Amino acid sequence: MQTFQNWDSEIAAALIASHAGQQGAMLPILHGLQETFGYIPELAVPMVAQALNLSRAEVHGVVTFYHDFRQEPAGRHIVKLCQAEACQATGCHALTAQAEEKLGIKLGETSRDGRVSLEPVYCLGLCSVSPSAMIDGRIVGRLDAKKLDALLAKTSR
Amino acid sequence: MTAPNHGLRIFVPGDAAAVACGADIIAMSLEAAAFNGKVAATVVRNGSRGMHWLEPLVEVETARGRIAYGPVAPEDVESVFAAIAANGAAHPLCLGPTEDIPWLKKQTRLTFARCGIVDPRSLDDYRAHGGYKGLTRALAIGPQAIVEDVTQSGLRGRGGAGFPTGIKWQTVAKTPPQQKYIVCNADEGDSGTFADRMIMEGDPFVLVEGMTIAGIATGATKGYLYIRSEYPHAIAVMTDAIATARKAGMLGVSVAGSAYAFDMEVRVGAGAYVCGEETALLESIEGKRGQVRAKPPLPAHKGLFGQPTVINNVLSLAAVPLILDKGAAFYRDFGMGRSRGTMPIQLAGNLKYGGLFETAFGITLGELVDEIGGGCFTGRPVKAVQVGGPLGAYFPRALFDTPFDYEAFAARDGLIGHGGIVVFDDSADMAKQARFAMEFCAIESCGKCTPCRIGSTRGVETVDRIVKGVERDKNVAVLTDLCNTMKFGSLCALGGFTPYPVMSALTHFPEDFGTCPRLEAAE
Repeated sequence: MQTFQNWDSEIAAALIASHAGQQGAMLPILHGLQETFGYIPELAVPMVAQALNLSRAEVHGVVTFYHDFRQEPAGRHIVKLCQAEACQATGCHALTAQAEEKLGIKLGETSRDGRVSLEPVYCLGLCSVSPSAMIDGRIVGRLDAKKLDALLAKTSR
Repeated sequence: MTAPNHGLRIFVPGDAAAVACGADIIAMSLEAAAFNGKVAATVVRNGSRGMHWLEPLVEVETARGRIAYGPVAPEDVESVFAAIAANGAAHPLCLGPTEDIPWLKKQTRLTFARCGIVDPRSLDDYRAHGGYKGLTRALAIGPQAIVEDVTQSGLRGRGGAGFPTGIKWQTVAKTPPQQKYIVCNADEGDSGTFADRMIMEGDPFVLVEGMTIAGIATGATKGYLYIRSEYPHAIAVMTDAIATARKAGMLGVSVAGSAYAFDMEVRVGAGAYVCGEETALLESIEGKRGQVRAKPPLPAHKGLFGQPTVINNVLSLAAVPLILDKGAAFYRDFGMGRSRGTMPIQLAGNLKYGGLFETAFGITLGELVDEIGGGCFTGRPVKAVQVGGPLGAYFPRALFDTPFDYEAFAARDGLIGHGGIVVFDDSADMAKQARFAMEFCAIESCGKCTPCRIGSTRGVETVDRIVKGVERDKNVAVLTDLCNTMKFGSLCALGGFTPYPVMSALTHFPEDFGTCPRLEAAE
C-alpha cells in the first residue's frame, strides 16, 4: 500500500519549480504530482499552467489524455490486471471475473470504502509468463485462481 | 568442497519476467543461505537468458562454465544452494551448463549476446564483454562512415515499420548544423513483446552506446529515451546506467575524451499506447497530448521541438554497436531477402516454452510455434497466432509455412511488427478477438483522425451485429468497407493496422462469426 501527502500548495509549488527550465516539463511535473499526492489535484492545474505559460485548458487536456493520470485519489490498494492479447490467451478474463466477484466492484472501479481499485492495464511486458498483474506496484506472473485469491486477501485492509 | 577465494558467483535475474515469478525472494534466500552456511558468495542480478518457463533461473559460475538450475521455487532454495556450493553439483532442477541448453544453443544472439550474461549495473563487465568497441571504431571512422556502415548493414527499423535505419540517419546528418536530437522509442506497448524491456533491464549500456553512436553520426548532442510507465524496472536500470556512463565520461561534453558531445535522459510515458507512434511520442516528450502529427514534415527534418530528430526503436539502436564493431558485412550476412541480420522474436501467450528467441530472418512461423515454442501450454491444439502485436494479423495453421521476413508477412496480409508472437489454443473465439481489436483501438485512439476515432467504435458495433446474426451478409460488407477506410484513411498505424487482426480473423475463422460460406455451400 502506498501512502500519499494531503494536498499542500507549497509542496506542489516547490515540485513544479524544481522542473523550471526543463524542456518538455509537463509529464515529469504531472508524474511528480501524482507520486506525491496520489492523483493530480484540481488545484494544481492552474499552477502548472502558469509555470509552463499554458492555459488551464491545455493542462487539463494533457491530464485527461493519459490513462495514468488520475483526477481523483485511487483506492488504498491498486490491483491492475492485464487485459491484453497474451493474457487473454491464458485466461485473464476468468481471473478478472473472479476479482470483480471477490472485490464486489467492476474493472475500472474503486470500492466505496476507498480500500481498493481494480484497473485494466494493457500489457506489462510479461507476456511469456502470462497472465500477469501489478498489485500495489508489485508485478506478478503466471497468475492463477489460487494466487489471485491470496493476493486479493492482502488488499483487505 | 570449499569455495574459491573470491567466493561463489551466483546469478539470479533481476529481469521483470523473473521477478514476476518470484526471483527477488529467491535471490534474498540464496544470500541468506550463503550467510548461514558461512559460504562466501555474491548474488548478481543479471538480465534474463530469455527462457522464461525456467524462471527464476539460477546460475552459478564454475570452471565448466555456468551451471543452471530452474525454475527454482522458494522451497527449493536450500537444496539448490547446497548443489551450487558443491561446485554446481547435480540436482533435480539442474539443467547442466547454460550454454548447452538446446533452446539457447539454437539461437543466433547478436543483439542479445550479453543479455543474461553480464551484470547490468556494471560498466566494467560491459567492457569486458565487448562493450564500447563499437563506439571506439565509430570515433575513429567519423560520422559519414558510421552512417555508411549502418546503411550497408541493411538494418531496418525494429519498431515495426522496417524503414532502413541508415537512410533515416543520413537524412538527419544532412540537415545543417543546429540542435538535433536522438529519440529512442521504448514505448513497447504491443502485447506479446518484451524484447526492449529485456535489453534495457539486462544490457542497458548497449542502448546508451547505440544512442551515442547515433548522436555522433548525425550531429545530435542530446538524446531522450522514452520508456513506458508500465516498465518500472527498465526505468530504474536505464536511469542508473546513464548516470554511470556519465560518471565514467562516456556521456557528456566530451564522449570518451573525444571532441563529440552527447548526453541523454529518460522520459517516462503515461499509459497511452498511441505514444508508441513516433510523432505522438515526440508530442508527449514536448509535454502535450500524445496526438499523431501529419507527415510531412518528417521527424528527420522537423522532429522534437521542431528540430531534426532521429527516432529509432530500442532494438534498432541496440544493434548498432555490434554493426560498428564487426562491420556492416558481418550483420548483413544473416537473414533473407531484404530482411537482414537477426530478429529477437518474442514467444508469448499460450505456449509451453515462452521467451526470447533471437535468430536470423527466414525461420518459419510453424518452427517458431511448434518446435521452439513447444505448442500450447494447455496441451490443446494451436488455433491461431497473432504476430506483431495488437495491430498484427491472426494467422491460422494453414499459414505456418510463412517465413519470418518483412515482405513474406506483408504478402500474406500480415506484419511482423516488433516481433511478438502470441499463441491461442482452440478455446479462443476469434470473433471476440476481432471485437477486442476494434475496442482497443477505440480506447487508445488519439482522436485526431476520423477513421480511427469513429471507425473503431462503429467497428465494435458491427462485429456485435454480425455475431448476433443481424443482417449478417450486409454487416460483413459494412465491416469490410469500414476496415478499408481505416486502413487507407487513418493518419497512423493504430487506425491503419487495426483492420489486420479484424480482417484476418474474419477471413481465416469465419465459423467463429457465424458466417461459414464453405460449410453452408456443402450442405
